[in-house]
Amino acid sequence: MTLATALPIVWFFIIGFAIMMYVLLDGFVLGIGILAPFADDERQQELMMNTAAPIWDGNETWLVMGGAGLMAAFPKAYALILPALYVPVLALLIALIFRGVAFEFRFRAERSRRIWGLAFCVGSVVAAFAQGVILGAIVEGTPLKAGQAVHRTFDWYGPFPMLTGVALVFGYGLLGATWLVLKTEGRAQSVARSLARPLMLAVIAFMGLVSASLPFLDSRLMTRWFSWPNMLYLSPLPIATLVVAALLWRSVMTSRDARPFVLALVFFALGFLGLVAGMWPNLVPPSLSIWDAASPPSSQGFVLVGAAIMLPVVLLYTAYSYRVFRGKVRAGEGYH
Amino acid sequence: MTAEFLSRIQFGFVMSFHILFPAFTIGLASWLVFLEALWLRKRSDMLRDLYFFWMKVFAGSFGLGVVSGIVMSFQFGTNWAGLSTVAGNVLGPLLSYEVMTAFFLEASFLGVMLFGWNRVGHRTHFLATCMVALGTLVSSFWILAANSWMQTPQGYTLVDGVIEASDWWAAIFNPSFPTRLVHMVLACFLSTALVIGGVSAVYLLAGRWQDKARLMLRCALAFVAIVIPLQIIAGDLSGLVVREYQPAKLAAIEARWTTAHNVPLTLFAWPDESAERNVAAVDVPHLGSLILTHSWSGEVKGLKDFPRADRPPVAAPFFGFRVMVGLGLLMLALAAVGLWLWWRGRVYASRWYLHCWVAMMPAGFVALLTGWYTAEIGRQPWVVYGVLRTADASSAVTAGAVAGSLVTYSVAYAILFGFGSWYLLKVLRDGPGSAPQRFPRDMTPQRPLAGLGIGKEENPS
Repeated sequence: MTLATALPIVWFFIIGFAIMMYVLLDGFVLGIGILAPFADDERQQELMMNTAAPIWDGNETWLVMGGAGLMAAFPKAYALILPALYVPVLALLIALIFRGVAFEFRFRAERSRRIWGLAFCVGSVVAAFAQGVILGAIVEGTPLKAGQAVHRTFDWYGPFPMLTGVALVFGYGLLGATWLVLKTEGRAQSVARSLARPLMLAVIAFMGLVSASLPFLDSRLMTRWFSWPNMLYLSPLPIATLVVAALLWRSVMTSRDARPFVLALVFFALGFLGLVAGMWPNLVPPSLSIWDAASPPSSQGFVLVGAAIMLPVVLLYTAYSYRVFRGKVRAGEGYH
Repeated sequence: MTAEFLSRIQFGFVMSFHILFPAFTIGLASWLVFLEALWLRKRSDMLRDLYFFWMKVFAGSFGLGVVSGIVMSFQFGTNWAGLSTVAGNVLGPLLSYEVMTAFFLEASFLGVMLFGWNRVGHRTHFLATCMVALGTLVSSFWILAANSWMQTPQGYTLVDGVIEASDWWAAIFNPSFPTRLVHMVLACFLSTALVIGGVSAVYLLAGRWQDKARLMLRCALAFVAIVIPLQIIAGDLSGLVVREYQPAKLAAIEARWTTAHNVPLTLFAWPDESAERNVAAVDVPHLGSLILTHSWSGEVKGLKDFPRADRPPVAAPFFGFRVMVGLGLLMLALAAVGLWLWWRGRVYASRWYLHCWVAMMPAGFVALLTGWYTAEIGRQPWVVYGVLRTADASSAVTAGAVAGSLVTYSVAYAILFGFGSWYLLKVLRDGPGSAPQRFPRDMTPQRPLAGLGIGKEENPS
């Protein structure tokens, strides 16, 4: 295997890992925003936000890692996907802006407090929805269909991206609920706990809908999943997903605080893997492969050296900062 | 209007907004390291209060920098797909290194720095502050490497119209990089020092927080006095690199139309691009050659040597550069007068001088922006100098889509800027009150520690 064959594979996994980290880590922070309207009052909402205040920034950085990594390793895919999805990407960025500043501004505000509580919630919902739309449009193969000529602005619009958009809002809501079970106690925790099961039902329903509509897409995502013997090799994935879903269903109503969150993360990661397995080896379905889109070994190799050294270090100090802020967050506990 | 033109306006706008915050936080992070290090040595309450006060300012600015920075990392794709296709092989890796070595470092330790006061030891907390400051500096290293490479590209080969890196060392340490990095980092430090000095001048004039304001003003004045001469030298060295590698940019900066020896320095003029001459020029003989070439009769290239299609616009670099240099000279004067007053022991009592500091508060940021306009407009029509034209770099999106996003960003950023500066003013008005002591975990008080309740104990005298 030459370098030019091997490096794109390595990079496919690194970028996949970065995006998964983003989905899992910012997923639960966005989930907090999605669930904010269910809080009893302002103070409970503040408590929910405080569970994420010290770590949201690092979580969001995985998105930048995914973007910059894509530009470095697969510049053609980067240059193809982003213009084709101009509107959903814009919506995502604007939503992330308001969600992000809400952490700081809400704390400084007095009369305008409610505005930033609202910005936190609406920003989170819109960001989650936009990410789902982007995901759906990529799975559908929109960027390649839109082609090289001038992109029409709403090419990405269709029932499937709308479906994945709504699905992700519920999915992040589930992650958020289990995170709050882990990090809060008392009334806030019981609110989160009571939301977990309805959210799970919605997520499973949407997963079913998404899976059912995959065969009707132009992209060849399904051929891999439903051809023999692939079906056999891939079968552990859906089976594991179902098992984890069942465990999660049971655990949210027990008194275990950490287990639902861990199971929700695994549940999400398995779903993500299923998607990646369907896309492989295409970066932009149906036909732009990772080798078509790859930057030359001089670029992929250069960044790989840095990634091999830095990403473990990053994971190490990320773990450290989570450790510093471990345990339940209490009412009124500290902003700087 | 074309999508390309609108994309240029949009990039200029979101970039100008964004850069103010990293510039401020690069300076503030190092200032916080300085304050906390001093506090660890002396353990005086005054230093801890100051640390917490500026940390609040830092937190808001950093947040705005992060969210507006995420926008930047996607602009290259959404609006400049041509640039990403042709130069992504070089720019992508440099930006990736920025994320891996700087962004994660800043973001992770920021949490410990802002929220960890009661959870980690003093030394660990100081380490977190240091890591945040290190992150801001490493970030400026990579972003300046990427931008300087676009100004003076090296270490690459063209394969089928696409740039491939052939020598990363040469690409990163390209000719304009060292001087531009120093110039930019010093600009960030100076901008921050002027704000710190300006804030203390406001307090001194209002008769509030006297001791703290005096300490801050001393620090700011000493810093500006040391750094502004260095900055002028760095700027001069940067100019020599421009002369060698981007002669058309230099000609535009100086509004020089014909190539000549013994060129004068044009202090002011109205450059008329269609007639290729200056109107109402105020010239100082020989000074142009002396400054630009470091010799009495050195040669400076004129714009007429370049085909019209390869010339940058003249007015923006010409005036932008003059505003930047003018402000730099004002900073030099501010420092010189300040040193003299300090020596005479009248620095805190001279109200007119304190008013000068208040007036100069935004000067660093204005100089920084006009300097960047000079650099970026002056390198037109190229986006990668001599390799890729800006006109060929944009995405295949419709003008309507870009117009829509431009309006959206304008509205969103206006809201952010409005509320952000309002909250910043509130923090400044509340002043550097008493910072929280360290509490053991179970003694945590019921209300948030900072912002609301503090600042009432020390009597503003």
